[in-house]
Amino acid sequence: MARADPGHVLTGSHYLDGDHACTEGALSAGCNFIAGYPITPSTEVVERFARRIPTVGGTFIQMEDEIASITAILGAAWGGAKVMTVTSGPGFSLMMENIGLGAMLETPCVIVNVQRGGPSTGLPTMVGQADIMQARWGSHGDYEIIALAPQSPQEAYTLTIEAFNLAEKYRTPVMVMLDECIGHMTEKVVIPEADSIELTERRKTDKPPGEYLPFAVGEDMIPDMAHAGEGHRYHITSLTHDEQGYPVMSAEVQDKLVRRLCDKIRNNTDEIVMLEEDGLDDADVVVLSYGITSRVARAAVDDAREKGLKVGRLRLLTVWPFPERYIRELAERVKAFVVPEINYGQLVLEVERCAAGRAQTILLPHMGGDVHDPAVILQAIEEAAS
Amino acid sequence: MFNKAEKIREKYIREEMWPSIFCTGCGIGNVLSYTMRALDELKLDIDRCVFCSGIGCSSRLPGYIEADGLHTTHGRAIAFATGVKLAAPDLNVVVFTGDGDLAGIGGNHFIHAARRNADLTVICVNNFNYGMTGGQVSPTTPVAAVATTAPYGNLEEPFDLCRLAIGAGAPYVARWTVGYPYETIEAIKNALAKPGFAFVELLMPCPTGYGKENEQREPAVAWQWYKENTITRGDLGRLDPEQRAANRKIVVGTLWDVQKPEYTARWAEFVQSL
Repeated sequence: MARADPGHVLTGSHYLDGDHACTEGALSAGCNFIAGYPITPSTEVVERFARRIPTVGGTFIQMEDEIASITAILGAAWGGAKVMTVTSGPGFSLMMENIGLGAMLETPCVIVNVQRGGPSTGLPTMVGQADIMQARWGSHGDYEIIALAPQSPQEAYTLTIEAFNLAEKYRTPVMVMLDECIGHMTEKVVIPEADSIELTERRKTDKPPGEYLPFAVGEDMIPDMAHAGEGHRYHITSLTHDEQGYPVMSAEVQDKLVRRLCDKIRNNTDEIVMLEEDGLDDADVVVLSYGITSRVARAAVDDAREKGLKVGRLRLLTVWPFPERYIRELAERVKAFVVPEINYGQLVLEVERCAAGRAQTILLPHMGGDVHDPAVILQAIEEAAS
Repeated sequence: MFNKAEKIREKYIREEMWPSIFCTGCGIGNVLSYTMRALDELKLDIDRCVFCSGIGCSSRLPGYIEADGLHTTHGRAIAFATGVKLAAPDLNVVVFTGDGDLAGIGGNHFIHAARRNADLTVICVNNFNYGMTGGQVSPTTPVAAVATTAPYGNLEEPFDLCRLAIGAGAPYVARWTVGYPYETIEAIKNALAKPGFAFVELLMPCPTGYGKENEQREPAVAWQWYKENTITRGDLGRLDPEQRAANRKIVVGTLWDVQKPEYTARWAEFVQSL
């Protein structure tokens, strides 16, 4: 495994907000190309990158809109760069078209969404978690996506590095689903020595020109990449394509391609999923949360335990792919899931689907603009436990 | 002439993708031929050329060239190509586009790329309609021309793509049409050689889309229309001022050619200066 470039890594203890920590994560991961467009509450990520990147080698460009931003990073990835773009809800909506292109062309890239309240312009400066389903399903057609949800500036740093590693490994767009609270929350962020940061390198083809097929795969279903200008003379297309990358309009080729785009991630769900569990061994009630909400949930779970309630905590660092098997198994032995989200019920639908009636699923929605009151979560735990 | 065409075909064309999707009488094949001749005459290394496109008939061109071809989404080719160029500034990046792809859905990317002036060669096949979807009205359809979505005649004013490019800051802008193969090849050569955003608009017939609705179904009739309705910049200059002011024909020729700092060179200089 490759190690980070010391020239890019600000080793040491810092006092950073989540947006700036995310930028440092990208730099540590070797990101050398960001295209972005200003949008609250994500702009600080690109501002810091714009200041930092010329000094360490790389490019920042502010594009004309978010459609251009996502498209430019895909082009830059095929030009050989490690790429990222950054936005919030309205820009995320505009990016959906070419997130689909990224999935279709199997382009390694990272998309950061610092979530705010929606719909539409909504609450530009205030928190939301209502883009979680959009992250999964926002572009048309069948594809799979990977999305991570940090709960702190420290994790905004580490999970951004992880996002790059997953993007390279699975050749897919990976989303970092930050939110306004974490983006604007300033905390201690420890950046390690460069040689302790492991990076997944892009798997380039070892085939000579003339033999390379851009979408030919082995058992792992992930094609090797070649950059533009390397002499392979390949063709890639957003149309349904065969392993040569040539367009083929047939149900057979469509079947093979779409299954592979999905299965290369689905079949590796257990390997991709990161979650944190606490006190689940004897739990009757599980509070399942992600992002900023997991910090509020923690307070409520601690209070409930002090009251002697058998309650555990499950935090999803990976929201997509959803840990289906894990939730199914957990549902066999707990009474209820309590799911606080800053939306009107999104990831709870997945919990409910996997629990399939074996455990009760209780949604605690919040429409955005603030985090939950821990007392509301505590009350739900008490009701579920009784 | 014939031998040269054979040679060009053998050297640059991706035979596996043949035959092309283009209809009989379509001008896009001519654009492919002119572009390959321009590349050949400039002796550009095809392995250092990248062809990007969006969606539409002309956007299928990268598929027919034995070179790196990146066929992306509708309207986004210029944004994608900008990413390629910025990540790999040594590559020759060419964009094939059409009037709908470039000036309809992709209009914002077009003007900003012209303003930014990264070194891209953008070749737009303007056939006055959305051909691939069957002949709908486009941002360049002439007033009163008929289209499937303007069945009583187009009521909107069309864009002059070249004036748009010049206004947005492109340093090289040329327009030619089917009747001028050698001038077109020269224009593409100039565009490829230009360090900066170079724009070549090529007016080409679409017999099955625009043509069938507007009495240009027969290729010979269409070619005649282009001949009668265009005037070279040189000929326009030779008219007396009154005639020139009254001219309603489409002006073809090199319409703009100036020196401007190219973006990736500027970026490299800036990084060097730190």
